[in-house]
This record gives sequence, C-alpha cells and structure tokens, in this order.
Amino acid sequence: MTTKPKKTVDPSVLKEEMLRKYPPKVARKRSKQILVNELDEQGHSQEIMSNVRTIPGIITQRGCTYAGCKGVVLGPTRDIVNITHGPIGCGFYSWLTRRNQTLPPTPESENYMPYCFSTDMGEHDIVFGGEKKLRQAVQEAFDAMNPKAIGIFSTCPVGLIGDDVHAVARDMKEKLGINVFAFSCEGYKGVSQSAGHHIANNQLFKHVIGLDDTPTEGKFKINLLGEYNIGGDAFELEELFTRCGITLVSTFSGNSSYDQFAKSHSADLNCVMCHRSINYVAEMIEKKFGAPWIKVNFIGGEATAKSLRRIAQYFGDKELIERVEAVIAEELPKVKAAAEEVLPTTEGKLAMLFVGGSRAHHYQELFHEMGMKTIAAGYEFAHRDDYEGRHVLPSVKVDADSRNIEELEVEADPARYRARKTPEELKALEDAGVEFKNYPGMMMEMESKTLIIDDINHYESEALIEKYKPAVFCAGIKEKYVVQKLGVPLKQLHNYDVGGPYAGFGGAANFYREIARLVSSKVWTYMKAPWEENPELSATYVWE
Amino acid sequence: MKDGSPFVSTTNACKLCTPLGACLAFKGIEGCVPFLHGSQGCATYMRRYIISHFREPVDIASSALGEKNAIYGGGANLKKGLLNVMDKYGAKAIGLATTCLTETIGDDVKMILSEFRSEFGDLSLPAILPVSTPSYSGTHMDGFTGALRAAVDVLAGEEKTPAVNVLSGFVSPEDIRHLKTICRAFCLPATILPDYSDTLDGGAWEEYEKISPGGTPIAAIRAMGGAPASLEFGRTLDPARTAGGLLEERFGVKRLGLGLPIGLRETDAFMAALEELSGRCLPRALGAERARLVDALVDGHKYVAGKRCLIYGEEDLAVGLASFAAEIGLVPVLVASGGSSGRLTSAVAAVSGDILREQPQVASGVDFYEIADKAKTLAPDLILGNSKGYRVLAKELNVPLVRVGFPIHDRFGASRVIHLGYRGAQSLFDRVANALIEKKQADSDIGYGYI
Ligand code: SF4
Ligand code: SF4
Repeated sequence: MTTKPKKTVDPSVLKEEMLRKYPPKVARKRSKQILVNELDEQGHSQEIMSNVRTIPGIITQRGCTYAGCKGVVLGPTRDIVNITHGPIGCGFYSWLTRRNQTLPPTPESENYMPYCFSTDMGEHDIVFGGEKKLRQAVQEAFDAMNPKAIGIFSTCPVGLIGDDVHAVARDMKEKLGINVFAFSCEGYKGVSQSAGHHIANNQLFKHVIGLDDTPTEGKFKINLLGEYNIGGDAFELEELFTRCGITLVSTFSGNSSYDQFAKSHSADLNCVMCHRSINYVAEMIEKKFGAPWIKVNFIGGEATAKSLRRIAQYFGDKELIERVEAVIAEELPKVKAAAEEVLPTTEGKLAMLFVGGSRAHHYQELFHEMGMKTIAAGYEFAHRDDYEGRHVLPSVKVDADSRNIEELEVEADPARYRARKTPEELKALEDAGVEFKNYPGMMMEMESKTLIIDDINHYESEALIEKYKPAVFCAGIKEKYVVQKLGVPLKQLHNYDVGGPYAGFGGAANFYREIARLVSSKVWTYMKAPWEENPELSATYVWE
Repeated sequence: MKDGSPFVSTTNACKLCTPLGACLAFKGIEGCVPFLHGSQGCATYMRRYIISHFREPVDIASSALGEKNAIYGGGANLKKGLLNVMDKYGAKAIGLATTCLTETIGDDVKMILSEFRSEFGDLSLPAILPVSTPSYSGTHMDGFTGALRAAVDVLAGEEKTPAVNVLSGFVSPEDIRHLKTICRAFCLPATILPDYSDTLDGGAWEEYEKISPGGTPIAAIRAMGGAPASLEFGRTLDPARTAGGLLEERFGVKRLGLGLPIGLRETDAFMAALEELSGRCLPRALGAERARLVDALVDGHKYVAGKRCLIYGEEDLAVGLASFAAEIGLVPVLVASGGSSGRLTSAVAAVSGDILREQPQVASGVDFYEIADKAKTLAPDLILGNSKGYRVLAKELNVPLVRVGFPIHDRFGASRVIHLGYRGAQSLFDRVANALIEKKQADSDIGYGYI
C-alpha cells in the first residue's frame, strides 16, 4: 500500500472530475458541498452548503432524526426508560449499537441501557391509532422497572397517524407520579440526525434540566456537554477532572443519570465538546440560569492540556491553576513519549476523516500529533457553523426542514438566574484569550488546498481514495468494508469499533497505538498473491 | 400479536423489521441494489445492522423522504432515486421495498412504477422488483420470503431448464456454498435463490466494484418457471406467500416443501429428495460425511445427553435446531421465536415428537424479556441462538450460548457459520459439545486436563 500520493493531486481538478460524473442538477448541488479549503484575508473560510437534504438514491452516511434524538443524546443515560413508539425496527436498530458505556454506582443501581423497549406497533395501531398501546407500554415499563423517568420517542408512522405522544406523557406523568416526557422526533423531520439532537436538547431543557435545586458541593463546578462515553471516553475525563479538583456536575450524556441532568443548572461553566449535538442546551442554560459556555476539546494531548487550562483560567483560582499544571506536567510527557514511539510508522502519512458533527474536526489534532496530515475531511450531519465558525450564524438560511424544529423561547429565570462573572470579569477573560460562546469551526484550522466535503457518498470516497491513497480513512462501520476492500484501513470513529478510550491523555496514547497498528499492518500486503505481483512469472507458471 | 403474552409492549425484540429481510434477499440477486421507499433513516439503520454481521459492504438506497413527501406522497422522490441508482450503479435489478412510512401514507408503488416506466421507457430500465414490507405486520422473515416471491413474480418465465430451484431460506453464506457443493455432488444443476454467498462474504477487490460481485443470475431466475421442481426450505412457510408457491401456481413447477436441513434427519430428508430428483444415490463424499457425523454423535453423546437447551431465532431455524437438539440427546426445554406464523408448535412437534418424551414449551411472537422470564424456571444448560440473547439471557443465567443465525455481532466469522447438511450438523455438534465441556472445565476447581 502506498502511503504518499504517487504524484501531487490538484484538489480543484479532482473536484471537477468528481462532479463531471453527476447529472447537472446533482453536480450543481454537490459543487457547493465540496470545497477546496482557502481562507480569505480576514482569515474566514468560504461558504459551504451543509445540512441540506440528501439526494434520493445516493447512499448517504446519514441516519434519521429519531437516531439523533434517541440514539445519540438520550441513549447513553442509564436510568431513564426509553420507549420507542413505533414498529419494531427503529427501536431494535438503536439498541446498544453505539458502544456507549455506563457505570452505575452500585451493581444494584438502575441501568436500563441493555433494554430496548418498544410499542412494536401492529397494523391495528396504525389504523386505529397507537395511543392506547403507548399508554399500556408506559404502564408496563413502570411496573417492570419502577424507573424515576420515562422518555417516549416517536418514529415516522407515529407522526403520520397523529398520535399525541405529549398528551400521553402528561397523563402518565400524573398517573404514575414520575417524570414522563415525549419527543416528536419522527425520522422524516429533518435532513439527518441533527434535527434529533435539537429536539432532544429542547425536551431535556423543558422537562428535566433545573428540576433539582439542591446545591452541589464543590468549588469548581462544570458540565461537560456533547461527550457520549463511547469506548469509555467519559471515564477517562472524569478521572482527569477529579485529579484536577474540578467537580463534574453532569455530562450530556456519557455515563450520565437523570439526577445529574436535573441539577446541571448549578454548574458554573459549561464545556462543550460536540458543538453540533448539544450547543442548544449550552445556550439555553446560559440564558435561563447564567452559566456561560466555552468550547473545549479533549481529543489530543495538547488539546486536552489547553482545555484544562481554559477551565482553570475561567475560575481564576491559583490553587486550581497549579493543580491543573501539575497534572499536565505529569501526563503530557507520557503522551509525547507515546507519540515519539509511533512517529517512525506514522509520520508524513495521509488521513481522511468523514464522520459526525465534531469528530472529523477534533481527531485532526491526534493525527497532527502523530505527524500525519489530514488531506480531506467533512461532516456527516453538521451545519455551516461547525464548518465555518459560529460567526456565520446570523447568515445561515433557515430552510423548511429546520423551521419544523421548535426554537424554545428562553428567558432569564427571575429567581434562579445568577451571573457567574461580572461584565468586567468576562471582558478580562476574553482579553486573556478565553472565548465564550464561540466555536471557530473546522475549516479555519485546516490547511489550504485540503478538501472539505459535506455529506460524502461512496462514489466520492472512492475517488478520493483512488487519487490520494491515504494511509487511513476514518468514518463509520457502514463505510468500513468498502474502504477496506480497496486496501485502505478504516478507523471507525462513531463507536470506535473495539477500541477506546481516545479522549484525554491516556486516550491519546491509545489512539496513536491504534493508528500505528492500522498503518503498519502486514495484512494489506497479502491482498495480492505472490505470483500476482509478477505477471510474467505467473503466465509461464500457468501455461507451461 | 403475542400468543398468550401478558404484555402488549416489546422489550428486547427477538425479530427484526420486514424490509431488512427483503434487503437481504435482494442482496442475493446478481446486479441487484436494494432500495427502500421511505426516509433515509431506515436504510441507514438496516445497512448498519447487516454490515455488522457480515462485515462486508452493503448498500441500500433510499428515496430519502422528508416531512413534505410524507404528507404529499413520495412518488417524485422515488423516481428520482431510481434514476440515480440506475445511473450511479448501473444496476441490473432494483429490489424495491416499502417501509412503515410509505405504507402508512399509502403510496401506491405499483402506480408510481407504471408512471416511471412510461416516463422513462426510452432508457434501458433495470428489472424493478417491488415488495410491500410494512413492519407493523410481520418480521424480517416475511420480508425475506416476500422479496423472493416478488423477484420470481416479475422475472420468472416458462423457458425450460434442467436446473432445479433451491429456495434455501435465510441461511449463512457458508450454508449456500455448501448447498452448491451438495448439488454438484449429485450432478444436479440447481438455481439457488437467493445466493449471497459472494455478495455478503467476498474477497478483496482489485478495483472498486459498484455492486458486490455474485448473486443468483437474473437469467437463471427467469428460467425458474421452467424448472423440473422447486425445493423450498422452511416448515413454517405458507406456500401462498412464497416463491416456490408462486412457481407452482403459475407455472406448475412441483414444490417440495422441506424443513431447513439442519441435523441428521432433516438432512436425510433433503438427500432423499435430491436422490429422487437426480436419479442418483447419495454420493460417496456425502455418505462419508454422514458416517462421520453419526460416529461423532456416538462418541460425544456423553457430553450432551440430557442437557437442557433453550432455542430461539427465526421460526424455521428454531424448528431445525429443535430437531437437531432432540436427535443428539439434548432436551429442548423452550423453543422461542419473535415470528408468529402460527405453525411453530406443530412444526416442532413434527420434527421432535417421536424422539422426545415431553414436548418443549413453544413460544411464538415473544421477546427476550419473556424468554428470559421463562428461562428462569427452566434451568437450561445451553442456549442456541443469535447474539441478541447474550446479555439478558446467557450472561444473566451464566449458561453458554452457541451462536447461530442472525445477527451475530459479538463473535467473528458469522458468515462462515455452517448450519446445513451433515457438515453443518457436525459443526454444530462439535460446538455444542465443546461449549458444554468448556463450561464444566471453567466451573470446576479440579481443572480437568482430560474431559
Ligand atoms: S419504520 Fe419500519 S421499516 Fe423503518 S426501521 Fe422502523 S420498523 Fe423498520
Ligand atoms: S421509520 Fe423513521 S424513525 Fe424509524 S428508522 Fe426509519 S426514518 Fe428513523
């Protein structure tokens, strides 16, 4: 397998080549979703078309609104019973496939993640309505599990037959005396999972966040938003925070529990990892309760150090700053040493990342630390702000699909709003480099002449691979075997395959080793049998 | 529709949704791209699921309907989607399955397709194989069976062929390869439908293949109406809904309904049918496999005899496993399935009634919650089924799970699990015996070196 491009590839030419194969209408659309990265004089990136509908018949990486809501955001919470209201498939396919881990405080504590509850609608329910069955399902789940909260998730047919899931939730809440809430996250509602994230954010905010005002112990209290504990990432970070003396009030939603959500408004800072899936909660908490948010990234050794320093800087406490520095001083050299070890196998090689709404950006850090270059990247379901930065938000066109999704009107809570910093303090922090409410996006940080491709499809991936012969391609399991058939290893970055954790210092070292294993494996050289390497020889051998 | 279940909801289902089965069947037709008419989420989920079992590329296209289409109908998107699939894949056939969404809004696929044909009749159109697959009635097996019937419905003609039809049901790629070997041993030309032995378990590619190579050739399906006979596996099938049934009704192709040839006796029955069709006696190589199997059953009887076993999975698979379990000396205590054909109980009785002193409990239309509930009092020593029963059943009860069927995503090599024929029985028997031995060894303080 070659790891360096045989000859230099001109990305603009490649783009033209890719587009030429499409019918004119498709080509026009795709041309706005495929960009050769170039920043203007102000350091701003170009405009990319994203968060638009996938073209029918063209196979996409994307999932549906329900997947984003039930699977991504609520899936990792262990003690809410999630009931899928719909026919059996939707629930079945979202049953523990993301490798979110959870650690209940005791073996007896509630953990419903191994269960997949569904109303399993039948023909009768479709014709006559499914509310009755839903009510019964909620009752059954309550009788069987006795949970403190139940979430109801709508699938496509539910919206179409007009079941009022919210009314059922209200009634059952009253009847059972526990929290019951519903999500109108029918798969067809948005263009991808992304709509489901938003719906999940809204309902959590309306029905759970802020329910518990008991004060949380701790001097430096934060929430970690957009961290889903794939492969144990959250465990790694939790330990890191503990060592630094930072109190983690809640995580949305890796290794999380209902009670954490309920008191998350008591934290003094929200740290956002995956901007796409959770920024709405960060914004709403700030408006209603006053805690500001910053963007963090715990993927990569340097990035982890930087994010910890930002948190310490925000609290401005000398002791905390020292403690954080001590942890960094202890951990970072180990990470550096691990990078040194893999450098001979990884340096100079090419990577491509097409995944999610933040990982295609965050993981570039790790490749950078390994001396690898990210030559092409793109998101599966992100929006313009994830590519170009939040400063473009005012100019993002709201299309019909996004208009479907409620924007909650949030106001400061008269009793509970508490500004965490004075305007002067905030200003001083900003001057010192702490950026609030900002995500600069992926494109700013990518080199010029790299390719940015939104919602990539098979055909385009194949063209990229053929031209660049990258050493590793990062995407999900759906893409994995096509890419590997072509002799290029694929690293799953949705659920990490069997690996992880990759977050924090320990995670970074894990990732280096995993990539080194992938790019140096002998297996790829066996794809051709020895006699195939040398055509003349094989000819004589066969015919004589 | 649960038989006598106290629950209306489903917890940890023991079935998958209808269009997934249809997609699997379509993957076994050469040059065919499965296509779901509905929102893209269903296609993505199903691809993900099928891929994690087979570890192969699986493309399933979709008409990617949005809210607007859900309200006003998805015809335009369907047509656009079909054109794009033709264009990008050069598909020879498109297996078009509906989803709950398009079934609920009542999209008239037949009508949309006839419009499509008249609008684009000037292009060379692939064969479009439409099947209606609402998940709110049926399971993945109904989708599987329905898709095959649809394929035959559209394609089959009367042209004569010496090849017998083998409708082998939802089996593994290794099983299909083994069926080919068996037919070859009988010198009997055969059309196996579906044949995903290459498409879902193929090698590395020299260059990018838009559609995975392999599958039952379309020309062969066209000739299925002129075949001397059809062998159709599955004791719980209703011929009125199968491809074999259609071939018999429409073309008079004699349908021989058999059980999935799992275990000794069901394989014997299959071999007898092949002897009859080919006019040959059991080939030596297969005879030797049979002899080895019987020998192993004798040698290994001490490990398995009297052990209580719990079986779950698709109905026909469960029937085959029950038959196998009974004949090797296991005691099946529960045979369970998420499917509800209404024929599971009688089929289990038919294959094990003459061997077992007591019939096992049979539960159809159940989920793992109920299976686990029943299992508590049944004290099984062994479980036969797919990966889905691991956590709530095998792990909870601390009982070995021998993984068979679909999905298997916590073991490697699912495509190469062999269930059928004497060889399949041999492999199953070895695995069952070893699972029991391993458990005994692990649980004992003595640490047996010989066992
Ligand atoms: S809507 Fe129907 S077809 Fe789609 S995943 Fe759900 S059950 Fe399956
Ligand atoms: S039916 Fe709708 S909610 Fe269910 S998987 Fe398909 S797109 Fe998603």
